[in-house]
Amino acid sequence: MVTAPSLPGPAPAALRFHPLRDSATMSRRNLRHMLRYPSTTLLLVGMPIVFLLLFVYVFGGTLGAGISEGPGGRSEYLTYVVPAILLMTITSTVQGTAISIAMDLTEGIIARFRTMHIARVSVLTGHVVGSLVQAFLSLAIVMGVALLIGFRPEAGLGGWLATTGFLAVVTFALVWLSVALGQVSRSVETASNLPMPLILLPFLSSGFVPTDSMPTGLRWFAEYQPFTPIIETLRGLLMDQPVGHHGWVALGWCALITLGGYLWSRKLYGREHPS
Amino acid sequence: MTTTPAPPAISVTGLRKSFGEHVVLAGLDLTVPTGTVYSLLGANGAGKSTTVRILSTLAAPDGGSARVRGHDLRTEPDAVRATIGVTGQFSAVDSLLTGEENLLLMADLHHLPRRDGRRRVAELLRRFDLVDAAQRPASTYSGGMRRRLDLAMTLVGDPQVIFLDEPTTGLDPRSRRAMWRIVRELVSTGVTVFLTTQYLEEADELADRIGVLHHGRLVAEGTAEELKRLVPGGHVLLRFADPTSLEDAERALGTSSRENGTLALRVPSDGGLRSLREVLGRLDDRSIEVEGLSVRTPDLDDVFLALTGQPGTEKVST
Repeated sequence: MVTAPSLPGPAPAALRFHPLRDSATMSRRNLRHMLRYPSTTLLLVGMPIVFLLLFVYVFGGTLGAGISEGPGGRSEYLTYVVPAILLMTITSTVQGTAISIAMDLTEGIIARFRTMHIARVSVLTGHVVGSLVQAFLSLAIVMGVALLIGFRPEAGLGGWLATTGFLAVVTFALVWLSVALGQVSRSVETASNLPMPLILLPFLSSGFVPTDSMPTGLRWFAEYQPFTPIIETLRGLLMDQPVGHHGWVALGWCALITLGGYLWSRKLYGREHPS
Repeated sequence: MTTTPAPPAISVTGLRKSFGEHVVLAGLDLTVPTGTVYSLLGANGAGKSTTVRILSTLAAPDGGSARVRGHDLRTEPDAVRATIGVTGQFSAVDSLLTGEENLLLMADLHHLPRRDGRRRVAELLRRFDLVDAAQRPASTYSGGMRRRLDLAMTLVGDPQVIFLDEPTTGLDPRSRRAMWRIVRELVSTGVTVFLTTQYLEEADELADRIGVLHHGRLVAEGTAEELKRLVPGGHVLLRFADPTSLEDAERALGTSSRENGTLALRVPSDGGLRSLREVLGRLDDRSIEVEGLSVRTPDLDDVFLALTGQPGTEKVST
């Protein structure tokens, strides 16, 4: 390296930003965390699997009878509940995102990054890319378990591709939201509690039981909250059925959440941290 | 490339910062020439960390201006970041990564070519005595090792101005000495070091110039020697073999005081050679035998006490 300590200030070329390169570096950092501590991923993927087994084997017989017009049962309910469990896999992963962001902030490493000449957003995109990879790994595991216990989706290749793409869009949106939630938390504990609504929202949607069975107020909420169109879209894609208007509504929500999460995250990252 | 003489490494004018009602910096002025060590000395809550946070672009000042290597903090923060390295008071290492991975992360973020990066990392691990621990996660490091890793990470990018915020707070004496050695080595390579400390000894050991910060204002500035000269309290201590000589000397010197219960006399002095010679000359003229002599100049603790009305070690709560 050619450095001349006596020169006043670096050459202009040194002031160029490399957002892609920095983001790649930061993503590697987050992926390394994930590989180094696989228990975190297993813990996050454990919850949706437990819920899957619980809802299929404990409640599934009864719930299955209630959801279908025909002779419903456990296997019908498995088909019905998988989209909600997939969504729950994503919300569980993004809870991990919020926690790891909050940990970075308490460790002081983000303060170091802030004083360095790097593309600022790369710290956040590193977490986003890391979480996307982690979410897809978790989704693959959960889907594997679902297939193992008898889930039989009807989707063809196109349907699977569309499902994958759609899951990516949903994950991307929720990850950005939780990047903000992780930053707004003052401690790791808060960061693990703040995304709780995301974990609970699938229950108040068409994910576990059809919204028709709910009392009026709740039903109204369930039908208009973002997770219902997302779950309906997933259901349609996996079972090779028309998605209808749910697809557009879901994508609209995702775009809104992504934009909101991104802008909020950027604002929070730019703010001054007293201490 | 510019041909004008290099600007000072750091220049600060009228820097002000408050958090709500609480004034942390009340108009700070200081200049640090390139290649020197400047130490900001003060008790907890004096505004040291806030100064470092502002100069390292982490916080914005409410008023005043500051330049680092000629770059204005407000208008060219990117240029400032490209030239500085910061080791804060709180560890800024990635605990989940190993020491080596932490350093390689820095090499990647400074866009060093792979091979150069690896070489630089290996060199820093050696220099900071971290070779054996290189493959262990930083979470297993001791306080001193973490601090060394922290500083090593700061150095990966060859910063020209280094901010060290209380680099030895909480370290044991051995680790503290190791840190001092490292700082001295750094300065010998021509970088500028801006260091905060609440240890007077540390400022005395390392700094070319010391600024004493009290309630957000510099109450004194100068070399350690200059600061010590600011306060009275320097004296020469003369010891005698018998009471007669003591009494003779007392009469000969006039302004002096006895040390209680000993055959020693305390004579006010600035510790300079001239005044010392004068004292000895007077005793010589009267053939008074002096058994022993010691010169005591005030240390920075005295300075601190005199300037701020508080002992340097007292914690000021905010």
